[in-house]
Amino acid sequence: MPASAGSELRIVGFLCNWCSYGGADTAGVGRFTQPTDLRIIRVPCSGRIDPLFVVKALMGGADGVLVSGCHPRDCHYSQGNFYARRRLEVLKRFLPTLGIDPKRFEYTWVSASEGQRWQSVVTKFTEQIHALGPAPNQCRSAQAPQEAERSAG
Amino acid sequence: MSVIDELKSAIKAKLSELDLVIGWGPGFDPLHATPLFMRCEKDVDKLLWGPLNVHNPATYLPGLKGKKVGVVVKGCDSRSVIELLQEKLVKREELVIFGAPCAGVIDMGKVRRALGDLDKVNAVSIEGDNVVVTAGGKQHTLPLAEVAADKCGRCRYHNALISDVFVGEHLPPSVEQDDYADVEAFESQSLEERNAYWKREMQRCIRCYACRNACPLCVCRDHCIAQSRDPHWIGQGDNVGDKWMFQMIHAQHLAGRCTECGECQRACPVGIPLLALKRKLNKEIKELFDYEAGVDPNACPPLQSFKVEEEHINERGW
Repeated sequence: MPASAGSELRIVGFLCNWCSYGGADTAGVGRFTQPTDLRIIRVPCSGRIDPLFVVKALMGGADGVLVSGCHPRDCHYSQGNFYARRRLEVLKRFLPTLGIDPKRFEYTWVSASEGQRWQSVVTKFTEQIHALGPAPNQCRSAQAPQEAERSAG
Repeated sequence: MSVIDELKSAIKAKLSELDLVIGWGPGFDPLHATPLFMRCEKDVDKLLWGPLNVHNPATYLPGLKGKKVGVVVKGCDSRSVIELLQEKLVKREELVIFGAPCAGVIDMGKVRRALGDLDKVNAVSIEGDNVVVTAGGKQHTLPLAEVAADKCGRCRYHNALISDVFVGEHLPPSVEQDDYADVEAFESQSLEERNAYWKREMQRCIRCYACRNACPLCVCRDHCIAQSRDPHWIGQGDNVGDKWMFQMIHAQHLAGRCTECGECQRACPVGIPLLALKRKLNKEIKELFDYEAGVDPNACPPLQSFKVEEEHINERGW
Protein backbone atom coordinates (compact mmCIF):
# COMPACT_ATOMS: atom_id res chain seq x y z
CA MET A 1 0.00 0.00 0.00
CA PRO A 2 1.78 3.20 -1.08
CA ALA A 3 1.60 6.27 1.15
CA SER A 4 -0.47 8.12 -1.42
CA ALA A 5 -3.25 5.53 -1.18
CA GLY A 6 -4.58 6.88 2.10
CA SER A 7 -3.77 7.95 5.60
CA GLU A 8 -0.78 6.30 7.16
CA LEU A 9 -0.78 4.79 10.62
CA ARG A 10 2.09 4.69 13.06
CA ILE A 11 3.62 1.25 13.17
CA VAL A 12 6.85 0.65 15.05
CA GLY A 13 9.09 -2.20 13.97
CA PHE A 14 11.87 -3.57 16.15
CA LEU A 15 14.21 -5.46 13.86
CA CYS A 16 17.26 -7.43 14.81
CA ASN A 17 20.49 -6.29 13.19
CA TRP A 18 21.56 -9.68 11.91
CA CYS A 19 18.48 -11.17 10.28
CA SER A 20 15.33 -9.11 9.96
CA TYR A 21 17.02 -5.79 9.34
CA GLY A 22 19.01 -7.55 6.64
CA GLY A 23 15.81 -9.11 5.35
CA ALA A 24 14.16 -5.71 5.09
CA ASP A 25 17.27 -4.44 3.32
CA THR A 26 17.13 -7.38 0.91
CA ALA A 27 13.52 -6.52 0.21
CA GLY A 28 14.56 -2.94 -0.50
CA VAL A 29 17.46 -3.92 -2.73
CA GLY A 30 15.10 -6.29 -4.57
CA ARG A 31 12.72 -3.34 -5.08
CA PHE A 32 9.77 -5.18 -3.59
CA THR A 33 6.76 -2.97 -3.04
CA GLN A 34 6.22 -2.36 0.67
CA PRO A 35 3.81 -0.32 2.75
CA THR A 36 5.44 2.76 4.24
CA ASP A 37 3.70 2.87 7.62
CA LEU A 38 6.46 1.01 9.43
CA ARG A 39 9.14 2.94 11.31
CA ILE A 40 12.05 0.64 11.85
CA ILE A 41 14.17 0.62 15.01
CA ARG A 42 17.27 -1.48 14.61
CA VAL A 43 18.29 -3.46 17.66
CA PRO A 44 21.34 -5.68 18.13
CA CYS A 45 19.27 -8.82 18.78
CA SER A 46 15.62 -9.69 19.39
CA GLY A 47 16.81 -10.66 22.86
CA ARG A 48 17.51 -6.96 23.40
CA ILE A 49 13.82 -6.20 23.12
CA ASP A 50 12.36 -5.55 26.51
CA PRO A 51 8.59 -6.19 26.41
CA LEU A 52 8.35 -2.72 27.91
CA PHE A 53 9.62 -1.25 24.61
CA VAL A 54 6.45 -2.59 23.05
CA VAL A 55 4.22 -1.44 25.89
CA LYS A 56 5.82 2.00 25.83
CA ALA A 57 5.26 2.28 22.08
CA LEU A 58 1.62 1.23 22.37
CA MET A 59 1.03 3.56 25.33
CA GLY A 60 2.80 6.35 23.51
CA GLY A 61 0.47 6.28 20.56
CA ALA A 62 1.76 3.63 18.17
CA ASP A 63 -1.06 1.93 16.29
CA GLY A 64 0.88 -1.29 15.98
CA VAL A 65 4.20 -2.85 16.95
CA LEU A 66 6.02 -5.50 14.96
CA VAL A 67 9.03 -7.35 16.35
CA SER A 68 11.14 -9.44 14.06
CA GLY A 69 14.28 -11.43 14.73
CA CYS A 70 16.31 -14.36 13.50
CA HIS A 71 14.54 -17.69 13.26
CA PRO A 72 14.85 -19.71 16.47
CA ARG A 73 18.05 -21.77 16.36
CA ASP A 74 19.57 -19.25 13.89
CA CYS A 75 20.39 -16.45 16.32
CA HIS A 76 23.67 -14.63 15.76
CA TYR A 77 24.20 -14.78 19.52
CA SER A 78 22.86 -18.36 19.57
CA GLN A 79 20.14 -17.86 22.19
CA GLY A 80 18.84 -14.28 22.17
CA ASN A 81 15.69 -15.08 20.28
CA PHE A 82 14.80 -17.98 22.58
CA TYR A 83 14.53 -15.54 25.48
CA ALA A 84 12.68 -13.12 23.23
CA ARG A 85 10.22 -15.78 22.18
CA ARG A 86 9.18 -16.45 25.78
CA ARG A 87 8.94 -12.80 26.78
CA LEU A 88 7.05 -11.72 23.69
CA GLU A 89 4.58 -14.58 23.92
CA VAL A 90 3.84 -13.68 27.54
CA LEU A 91 3.41 -10.04 26.54
CA LYS A 92 1.08 -10.90 23.68
CA ARG A 93 -1.14 -12.83 26.05
CA PHE A 94 -1.00 -10.01 28.59
CA LEU A 95 -2.23 -7.22 26.29
CA PRO A 96 -5.95 -8.15 26.19
CA THR A 97 -6.24 -7.58 29.95
CA LEU A 98 -5.18 -3.98 29.42
CA GLY A 99 -7.87 -3.54 26.82
CA ILE A 100 -5.30 -3.36 24.01
CA ASP A 101 -6.12 -5.52 21.02
CA PRO A 102 -3.43 -8.23 20.88
CA LYS A 103 -3.55 -7.97 17.07
CA ARG A 104 -1.76 -4.64 17.37
CA PHE A 105 1.38 -6.52 18.36
CA GLU A 106 3.00 -9.37 16.49
CA TYR A 107 6.40 -11.00 16.57
CA THR A 108 7.88 -12.96 13.74
CA TRP A 109 11.10 -14.41 12.37
CA VAL A 110 12.65 -13.25 9.10
CA SER A 111 16.19 -14.10 8.00
CA ALA A 112 18.50 -11.82 6.02
CA SER A 113 17.90 -13.64 2.75
CA GLU A 114 14.11 -13.67 3.08
CA GLY A 115 13.29 -10.43 1.27
CA GLN A 116 10.15 -11.98 -0.08
CA ARG A 117 9.04 -13.12 3.35
CA TRP A 118 9.74 -9.67 4.77
CA GLN A 119 7.53 -8.13 2.11
CA SER A 120 4.66 -10.44 2.94
CA VAL A 121 5.09 -9.98 6.72
CA VAL A 122 5.12 -6.22 6.57
CA THR A 123 2.23 -6.08 4.11
CA LYS A 124 0.11 -8.48 6.12
CA PHE A 125 0.81 -6.68 9.39
CA THR A 126 0.10 -3.25 7.92
CA GLU A 127 -3.18 -4.48 6.51
CA GLN A 128 -4.07 -5.94 9.90
CA ILE A 129 -3.41 -2.62 11.62
CA HIS A 130 -5.34 -0.70 8.98
CA ALA A 131 -8.27 -3.04 9.54
CA LEU A 132 -8.16 -2.18 13.27
CA GLY A 133 -7.79 1.54 12.60
CA PRO A 134 -5.98 4.08 14.78
CA ALA A 135 -5.35 3.00 18.37
CA PRO A 136 -7.26 4.73 21.18
CA ASN A 137 -5.21 7.27 23.09
CA GLN A 138 -3.91 5.56 26.22
CA CYS A 139 -2.62 8.73 27.87
CA ARG A 140 -5.97 10.42 27.94
CA SER A 141 -8.06 9.80 31.00
CA ALA A 142 -11.48 8.22 30.63
CA GLN A 143 -13.22 10.96 32.60
CA ALA A 144 -12.21 14.11 30.77
CA PRO A 145 -11.82 13.35 27.06
CA GLN A 146 -12.97 16.79 25.89
CA GLU A 147 -10.47 18.61 28.02
CA ALA A 148 -7.59 16.53 26.75
CA GLU A 149 -8.76 17.07 23.19
CA ARG A 150 -8.77 20.81 23.68
CA SER A 151 -5.24 20.88 25.04
CA ALA A 152 -4.06 18.61 22.25
CA GLY A 153 -5.75 20.60 19.52
CA MET B 1 1.85 -24.22 74.25
CA SER B 2 0.21 -21.88 71.76
CA VAL B 3 1.79 -21.04 68.41
CA ILE B 4 2.82 -17.58 69.55
CA ASP B 5 4.58 -18.84 72.67
CA GLU B 6 6.34 -21.54 70.71
CA LEU B 7 7.43 -18.96 68.15
CA LYS B 8 8.74 -16.66 70.85
CA SER B 9 10.77 -19.36 72.55
CA ALA B 10 12.13 -20.58 69.19
CA ILE B 11 13.21 -17.04 68.31
CA LYS B 12 14.75 -16.46 71.74
CA ALA B 13 16.74 -19.67 71.38
CA LYS B 14 18.25 -18.47 68.10
CA LEU B 15 18.46 -14.75 68.86
CA SER B 16 22.07 -14.80 70.05
CA GLU B 17 23.32 -16.03 66.63
CA LEU B 18 21.31 -13.45 64.69
CA ASP B 19 21.66 -9.74 64.00
CA LEU B 20 17.91 -9.32 64.05
CA VAL B 21 14.63 -11.15 63.57
CA ILE B 22 11.78 -9.66 61.56
CA GLY B 23 8.19 -10.31 62.60
CA TRP B 24 5.09 -8.32 63.47
CA GLY B 25 4.44 -6.14 66.48
CA PRO B 26 1.69 -3.84 67.74
CA GLY B 27 1.03 -0.85 65.50
CA PHE B 28 -0.55 2.52 66.17
CA ASP B 29 -3.89 0.92 67.03
CA PRO B 30 -4.98 -2.61 67.98
CA LEU B 31 -6.12 -3.41 64.43
CA HIS B 32 -2.90 -2.51 62.64
CA ALA B 33 0.10 -4.71 63.28
CA THR B 34 3.39 -3.35 62.04
CA PRO B 35 6.70 -4.97 61.09
CA LEU B 36 8.80 -5.60 64.18
CA PHE B 37 12.58 -5.80 64.19
CA MET B 38 13.67 -7.88 67.16
CA ARG B 39 17.19 -7.48 68.50
CA CYS B 40 16.77 -8.45 72.17
CA GLU B 41 14.49 -10.69 74.23
CA LYS B 42 12.37 -7.70 75.26
CA ASP B 43 11.56 -7.10 71.59
CA VAL B 44 10.57 -10.74 71.11
CA ASP B 45 7.91 -10.38 73.80
CA LYS B 46 6.12 -7.85 71.55
CA LEU B 47 5.77 -10.39 68.75
CA LEU B 48 2.27 -10.92 67.32
CA TRP B 49 0.95 -13.86 65.34
CA GLY B 50 -2.49 -14.10 63.79
CA PRO B 51 -4.77 -12.61 61.14
CA LEU B 52 -3.46 -9.10 61.77
CA ASN B 53 0.00 -9.95 60.41
CA VAL B 54 -0.72 -8.59 56.98
CA HIS B 55 2.75 -7.36 56.00
CA ASN B 56 5.23 -9.49 54.11
CA PRO B 57 8.49 -9.43 56.11
CA ALA B 58 10.40 -10.90 53.14
CA THR B 59 10.37 -7.37 51.66
CA TYR B 60 13.21 -6.38 53.98
CA LEU B 61 15.49 -9.30 53.26
CA PRO B 62 17.30 -8.13 50.08
CA GLY B 63 18.21 -4.89 51.85
CA LEU B 64 19.73 -6.81 54.77
CA LYS B 65 22.09 -8.89 52.67
CA GLY B 66 25.33 -9.52 54.55
CA LYS B 67 23.60 -9.68 57.92
CA LYS B 68 22.42 -12.82 59.62
CA VAL B 69 18.68 -12.36 59.69
CA GLY B 70 15.81 -14.31 61.15
CA VAL B 71 12.41 -13.94 59.58
CA VAL B 72 8.98 -15.10 60.68
CA VAL B 73 6.85 -16.12 57.72
CA LYS B 74 3.33 -17.03 56.73
CA GLY B 75 2.85 -19.38 53.79
CA CYS B 76 2.74 -16.60 51.17
CA ASP B 77 5.75 -14.84 52.73
CA SER B 78 7.72 -18.08 52.53
CA ARG B 79 7.10 -18.19 48.77
CA SER B 80 8.63 -14.72 48.47
CA VAL B 81 11.65 -15.94 50.42
CA ILE B 82 11.98 -18.92 48.08
CA GLU B 83 11.76 -16.68 45.02
CA LEU B 84 14.47 -14.42 46.49
CA LEU B 85 16.64 -17.49 47.11
CA GLN B 86 16.04 -18.71 43.56
CA GLU B 87 17.27 -15.42 42.16
CA LYS B 88 20.19 -15.34 44.58
CA LEU B 89 19.01 -12.05 46.02
CA VAL B 90 19.41 -13.46 49.53
CA LYS B 91 21.69 -16.16 50.82
CA ARG B 92 20.25 -19.23 52.48
CA GLU B 93 23.08 -19.42 55.01
CA GLU B 94 22.32 -15.87 56.15
CA LEU B 95 18.69 -16.68 56.87
CA VAL B 96 16.90 -18.41 59.70
CA ILE B 97 13.27 -18.93 58.77
CA PHE B 98 10.59 -19.35 61.42
CA GLY B 99 7.40 -20.72 59.91
CA ALA B 100 3.92 -21.30 61.25
CA PRO B 101 0.56 -22.13 59.71
CA CYS B 102 -1.52 -19.09 58.75
CA ALA B 103 -5.30 -19.33 58.49
CA GLY B 104 -5.61 -16.05 56.59
CA VAL B 105 -5.00 -12.37 57.18
CA ILE B 106 -7.54 -9.56 57.27
CA ASP B 107 -8.15 -7.13 54.45
CA MET B 108 -8.31 -3.66 55.99
CA GLY B 109 -10.70 -2.51 53.25
CA LYS B 110 -13.24 -5.19 54.14
CA VAL B 111 -12.97 -4.35 57.85
CA ARG B 112 -13.46 -0.68 57.05
CA ARG B 113 -16.59 -1.45 55.07
CA ALA B 114 -17.96 -3.54 57.96
CA LEU B 115 -17.15 -0.90 60.59
CA GLY B 116 -17.87 2.27 58.67
CA ASP B 117 -14.49 3.74 59.53
CA LEU B 118 -11.29 2.57 61.15
CA ASP B 119 -10.59 5.61 63.31
CA LYS B 120 -12.10 4.53 66.60
CA VAL B 121 -10.81 1.00 67.12
CA ASN B 122 -10.24 0.39 70.85
CA ALA B 123 -9.64 -3.34 71.02
CA VAL B 124 -9.28 -6.33 68.76
CA SER B 125 -9.36 -9.97 69.75
CA ILE B 126 -9.41 -13.21 67.82
CA GLU B 127 -12.04 -15.65 69.06
CA GLY B 128 -12.11 -18.85 67.10
CA ASP B 129 -12.90 -18.01 63.49
CA ASN B 130 -14.07 -14.51 64.33
CA VAL B 131 -12.30 -11.21 64.63
CA VAL B 132 -13.97 -9.19 67.38
CA VAL B 133 -13.37 -5.48 66.96
CA THR B 134 -14.46 -2.91 69.52
CA ALA B 135 -14.79 0.45 67.84
CA GLY B 136 -16.46 3.57 69.17
CA GLY B 137 -17.93 1.65 72.09
CA LYS B 138 -19.58 -0.94 69.82
CA GLN B 139 -18.54 -4.54 69.45
CA HIS B 140 -18.40 -6.04 65.94
CA THR B 141 -17.98 -9.78 65.45
CA LEU B 142 -16.55 -10.32 61.99
CA PRO B 143 -16.08 -13.87 60.67
CA LEU B 144 -12.51 -14.20 59.45
CA ALA B 145 -13.70 -15.88 56.26
CA GLU B 146 -15.58 -12.67 55.38
CA VAL B 147 -12.90 -10.13 56.18
CA ALA B 148 -9.90 -12.18 55.03
CA ALA B 149 -7.93 -10.97 52.04
CA ASP B 150 -9.03 -12.44 48.69
CA LYS B 151 -5.68 -14.20 48.33
CA CYS B 152 -6.41 -16.24 51.49
CA GLY B 153 -9.59 -17.73 50.02
CA ARG B 154 -7.61 -19.33 47.22
CA CYS B 155 -4.47 -20.06 49.26
CA ARG B 156 -2.84 -23.44 48.79
CA TYR B 157 0.18 -22.66 50.92
CA HIS B 158 -1.01 -21.87 54.43
CA ASN B 159 2.12 -23.47 55.87
CA ALA B 160 5.55 -22.07 55.27
CA LEU B 161 7.07 -23.91 52.31
CA ILE B 162 10.56 -23.41 53.63
CA SER B 163 11.55 -23.12 57.27
CA ASP B 164 14.26 -23.93 59.74
CA VAL B 165 11.81 -23.97 62.63
CA PHE B 166 8.15 -24.79 62.09
CA VAL B 167 5.66 -24.54 64.93
CA GLY B 168 2.01 -25.56 65.04
CA GLU B 169 -0.12 -27.96 63.06
CA HIS B 170 -0.09 -28.02 59.27
CA LEU B 171 -3.26 -26.62 57.66
CA PRO B 172 -4.90 -28.10 54.56
CA PRO B 173 -5.08 -25.91 51.42
CA SER B 174 -8.20 -23.76 50.95
CA VAL B 175 -8.62 -24.93 47.36
CA GLU B 176 -7.02 -27.70 45.34
CA GLN B 177 -6.14 -25.56 42.31
CA ASP B 178 -6.20 -21.84 41.67
CA ASP B 179 -8.54 -21.61 38.68
CA TYR B 180 -7.97 -17.88 38.07
CA ALA B 181 -11.73 -17.38 37.89
CA ASP B 182 -11.33 -13.68 38.71
CA VAL B 183 -9.06 -13.15 35.70
CA GLU B 184 -11.51 -14.93 33.44
CA ALA B 185 -14.45 -12.96 34.80
CA PHE B 186 -12.60 -9.72 34.06
CA GLU B 187 -11.78 -10.90 30.57
CA SER B 188 -15.41 -11.60 29.76
CA GLN B 189 -15.72 -7.84 29.22
CA SER B 190 -15.04 -6.20 25.88
CA LEU B 191 -11.64 -4.68 25.13
CA GLU B 192 -13.10 -1.16 25.37
CA GLU B 193 -14.59 -1.89 28.79
CA ARG B 194 -11.29 -3.27 30.07
CA ASN B 195 -9.40 -0.28 28.70
CA ALA B 196 -11.85 2.15 30.30
CA TYR B 197 -11.65 0.20 33.58
CA TRP B 198 -7.88 0.53 33.85
CA LYS B 199 -7.92 4.16 32.82
CA ARG B 200 -10.45 4.86 35.53
CA GLU B 201 -8.45 2.93 38.15
CA MET B 202 -5.06 4.30 37.13
CA GLN B 203 -6.41 7.84 37.12
CA ARG B 204 -6.54 7.63 40.92
CA CYS B 205 -2.87 6.69 41.24
CA ILE B 206 -0.86 9.29 43.13
CA ARG B 207 2.49 7.76 42.20
CA CYS B 208 3.52 7.26 45.79
CA TYR B 209 5.24 4.01 44.75
CA ALA B 210 3.96 2.26 47.87
CA CYS B 211 3.18 -0.75 45.68
CA ARG B 212 6.77 -0.95 44.60
CA ASN B 213 8.22 -0.42 48.07
CA ALA B 214 6.00 -3.08 49.62
CA CYS B 215 6.83 -5.63 46.94
CA PRO B 216 9.35 -8.21 48.17
CA LEU B 217 10.61 -8.80 44.63
CA CYS B 218 11.02 -5.17 43.58
CA VAL B 219 14.68 -5.13 44.45
CA CYS B 220 16.06 -2.26 42.35
CA ARG B 221 14.83 0.33 44.89
CA ASP B 222 16.76 3.56 44.21
CA HIS B 223 17.72 2.32 40.76
CA CYS B 224 14.14 1.76 39.62
CA ILE B 225 13.80 2.68 35.96
CA ALA B 226 10.61 4.57 36.80
CA GLN B 227 12.77 7.35 38.24
CA SER B 228 15.61 7.23 35.80
CA ARG B 229 16.12 10.28 33.58
CA ASP B 230 18.27 8.41 31.11
CA PRO B 231 16.53 6.49 29.69
CA HIS B 232 13.45 8.50 30.53
CA TRP B 233 10.83 5.78 30.77
CA ILE B 234 8.12 7.84 32.38
CA GLY B 235 7.68 11.56 32.66
CA GLN B 236 6.69 13.58 35.70
CA GLY B 237 3.24 14.40 34.31
CA ASP B 238 0.07 13.36 36.06
CA ASN B 239 -1.69 11.94 33.03
CA VAL B 240 -3.03 8.46 33.16
CA GLY B 241 -0.50 7.21 30.60
CA ASP B 242 2.50 7.86 32.85
CA LYS B 243 0.84 6.24 35.84
CA TRP B 244 -0.24 3.27 33.82
CA MET B 245 3.19 2.91 32.31
CA PHE B 246 4.65 2.66 35.80
CA GLN B 247 2.32 -0.20 36.60
CA MET B 248 3.33 -1.87 33.35
CA ILE B 249 6.96 -1.64 34.42
CA HIS B 250 6.08 -3.17 37.77
CA ALA B 251 3.99 -5.94 36.24
CA GLN B 252 6.46 -6.83 33.50
CA HIS B 253 9.38 -6.89 35.90
CA LEU B 254 7.45 -9.37 38.04
CA ALA B 255 6.37 -11.64 35.21
CA GLY B 256 7.23 -15.17 36.24
CA ARG B 257 8.48 -14.00 39.62
CA CYS B 258 5.40 -12.71 41.41
CA THR B 259 4.24 -14.97 44.24
CA GLU B 260 0.89 -13.18 44.60
CA CYS B 261 1.44 -12.08 48.18
CA GLY B 262 -0.74 -9.10 47.31
CA GLU B 263 1.43 -6.52 49.03
CA CYS B 264 1.19 -4.10 46.07
CA GLN B 265 -2.56 -4.01 46.32
CA ARG B 266 -2.62 -3.91 50.12
CA ALA B 267 -0.16 -1.02 50.26
CA CYS B 268 -2.02 1.04 47.66
CA PRO B 269 -3.57 4.02 49.46
CA VAL B 270 -6.18 4.56 46.74
CA GLY B 271 -7.21 0.93 46.34
CA ILE B 272 -6.15 0.14 42.78
CA PRO B 273 -6.58 -3.62 42.17
CA LEU B 274 -2.98 -4.10 41.10
CA LEU B 275 -2.85 -7.79 41.88
CA ALA B 276 -5.17 -8.45 38.93
CA LEU B 277 -2.40 -7.49 36.49
CA LYS B 278 0.06 -9.84 38.14
CA ARG B 279 -2.45 -12.65 38.35
CA LYS B 280 -3.09 -12.37 34.65
CA LEU B 281 0.64 -12.74 33.97
CA ASN B 282 0.87 -15.66 36.38
CA LYS B 283 -2.07 -17.37 34.72
CA GLU B 284 -0.39 -17.14 31.32
CA ILE B 285 2.95 -18.29 32.72
CA LYS B 286 1.26 -21.28 34.32
CA GLU B 287 -0.30 -22.17 30.98
CA LEU B 288 2.81 -21.57 28.90
CA PHE B 289 5.52 -22.95 31.12
CA ASP B 290 3.61 -24.90 33.78
CA TYR B 291 5.48 -22.88 36.36
CA GLU B 292 4.57 -21.30 39.66
CA ALA B 293 6.85 -18.78 41.32
CA GLY B 294 8.26 -19.33 44.78
CA VAL B 295 7.59 -23.02 45.21
CA ASP B 296 10.87 -24.72 44.39
CA PRO B 297 14.12 -23.07 45.59
CA ASN B 298 16.09 -24.84 42.86
CA ALA B 299 13.88 -23.88 39.91
CA CYS B 300 14.80 -21.10 37.48
CA PRO B 301 12.17 -18.43 36.73
CA PRO B 302 10.79 -19.13 33.21
CA LEU B 303 11.66 -15.75 31.72
CA GLN B 304 15.28 -16.17 32.78
CA SER B 305 15.60 -19.41 30.88
CA PHE B 306 14.28 -21.05 27.71
CA LYS B 307 13.74 -24.33 25.98
CA VAL B 308 14.87 -24.84 22.40
CA GLU B 309 11.57 -26.57 21.67
CA GLU B 310 8.76 -24.73 23.44
CA GLU B 311 5.73 -26.91 24.00
CA HIS B 312 3.08 -24.22 24.14
CA ILE B 313 4.46 -21.51 21.88
CA ASN B 314 3.67 -21.52 18.20
CA GLU B 315 7.08 -21.90 16.58
CA ARG B 316 6.11 -20.48 13.20
CA GLY B 317 5.20 -17.23 14.89
CA TRP B 318 2.41 -15.15 13.56
